[in-house]
Amino acid sequence: MTVDALGDEQSLVAALRAGDESAFVAVVDAYGPPMRRFALGFVRAGALADEVVQEAWLGALRGLDRFEGRSSLKTWLFQIVANTAKTRAVREARTVPFSELGAEEPAVAADRFLGPDARYPGAWATYPDQWEDGPAERLASVETRGVIERAIAALPEGQRLVISLRDVEGWAAAEVCNVLELTETNQRVLLHRARAKVREALEVYLDEEEG
Amino acid sequence: MNGLSCQELVELVTSYVEGVLPDADRARFDQHIGACSACVAYVDQMRTTIRLTGTSHLEETLDPALRDELLARFRDWKGDR
Repeated sequence: MTVDALGDEQSLVAALRAGDESAFVAVVDAYGPPMRRFALGFVRAGALADEVVQEAWLGALRGLDRFEGRSSLKTWLFQIVANTAKTRAVREARTVPFSELGAEEPAVAADRFLGPDARYPGAWATYPDQWEDGPAERLASVETRGVIERAIAALPEGQRLVISLRDVEGWAAAEVCNVLELTETNQRVLLHRARAKVREALEVYLDEEEG
Repeated sequence: MNGLSCQELVELVTSYVEGVLPDADRARFDQHIGACSACVAYVDQMRTTIRLTGTSHLEETLDPALRDELLARFRDWKGDR
């Protein structure tokens, strides 16, 4: 069942409150898979992610009467997953405050550009390749998928969560800000750093292929 | 109006593709890529990166055991109401 098939949200929430099992199944089928991927972004182990999803749904059902519709049901559900997952990650003693932006990191390493004494400081020293010419075909490969997935997995938590929701799940910036409780600016900084690192991983991969 | 260097431009790419660059910065950005094929290639690489990241294979169904577990919890919750 697709998200569109969920119908209008007010009647959906009313059906859930009334204990309508088919409504529950519809929401679970629409949001369950992305919720589990989202939980996995925090806790990183499949079994833990399953527990987070279960705990979050239980919390959502218990809190359903308090849901006021100020955010969408989807945003509300994912906020519960985020809170559950964060609590869980603390208990597992592995937590980094994900909204921390970390040190200033350049999108492209400084040594790719000419230094301050050059005639054109800050101009490319080694040019980026035009990917669409030759490598486009290789970029479509299964192997490339692996390169992207590994690059995302290696990102710090905040960057990983933001790029997963924005570019993998295809969410809008505003939704991501709501669910992760980020300002627009911080959301964009995290996305910028994440995308820059994925691009770099693809560049390294293509260079190796050529070499 | 000062021109952007390539090194400055790469830090604005996300704001540029997100459409949130202030007008003056957007004009400087456009002016730069109008004259710099290396930065055109870079911006294209970023767009390709975004597009490829969006083609991940996503599991669209839950593991049946987890789905059953959720349904069982729903029934418990309903029974307690």
